[in-house]
Amino acid sequence: MGEIEDEETTRLDGNAAAGVLTQVFCGEPSGAMIVCAGCGATSPIGALMAYGLELGAILRCPHCDTAVLRLGAAGATLWLDLRGAVSLRVRIADSAS
Amino acid sequence: MTLRLESDAWPGHLPGQHVDVRLTAEDGYQAQRSYSIASAPAAGRLDLIIEEIADGEVSPYLSEELRPGDRLELRGPIGGYFTWTEANGGPLLLVGGGSGVAPLMSMLRYRETIGSAIPATLLYSSRSWDEIIFREELERLSTDPAVRVIHTLTRSHLDEWNGYTRRIDAAMLEDVAGSPEQGRLAYVCGPTPLVENVASALVSIGYPPARVKTERFGPTGG
Repeated sequence: MGEIEDEETTRLDGNAAAGVLTQVFCGEPSGAMIVCAGCGATSPIGALMAYGLELGAILRCPHCDTAVLRLGAAGATLWLDLRGAVSLRVRIADSAS
Repeated sequence: MTLRLESDAWPGHLPGQHVDVRLTAEDGYQAQRSYSIASAPAAGRLDLIIEEIADGEVSPYLSEELRPGDRLELRGPIGGYFTWTEANGGPLLLVGGGSGVAPLMSMLRYRETIGSAIPATLLYSSRSWDEIIFREELERLSTDPAVRVIHTLTRSHLDEWNGYTRRIDAAMLEDVAGSPEQGRLAYVCGPTPLVENVASALVSIGYPPARVKTERFGPTGG
């Protein structure tokens, strides 16, 4: 299996990371809008590319591949690295819709 | 196979949402997988589609070992991006591959349950006729004149099959999807290569990227 195929089959998206992110966010995370520090594009977290979910998550910008959000899970500790993000916009009223 | 779960604590879900299922072995080892919910929203009940992956950690257990009355640990419902309710409008273009049809099925079932008039088209890629999940229910749903279900069979088909026999491509989407000017809202779910090919093909035929929502199903080791 080639490198490209490997990447294609392991890449998921931010929807798959939403479960683990609910441990950090008080609202629904996949609809939250995040601005990439690499290229300035705004994406819903659900539309980011996701890798490494077995260890936490690395969520990359679908436009420029910058690691926008990194989540490390170590035992009872979660570690969130947001240096690839300019801002995060979350709806607080009626987060279900 | 369909796994039906019941829980008094389950609040119901939005069509398109998923749930995380966690298994804990006797030695404390935990494995977790995400499954899309295929049923229409209902408090206390949810249906999941389990595709057994032979060397997987979770799906063989769910397919073969789990018995009625056993208990599972769930987290969810999860997701607010890949969801659809009538308030999001339409018409709907749903594109699915294999078990990726599950969240799209939840949308179609919900649409029927609430009696919505929003037109919906499902383009569904399966390897063969026998592998079409929900085949009979999809036939029944498509008796609604506002619902179209179109199959493509990518691996094998009978001689009398006169539908599509190739992977979904831009030409097929142009035939099926209609013009983006009709304001269609597209939801694409399936294996990563299918989702990425379909999403870029939809954009190439003029769909605004913001009208194309995607959810990738990995071969997660099941």
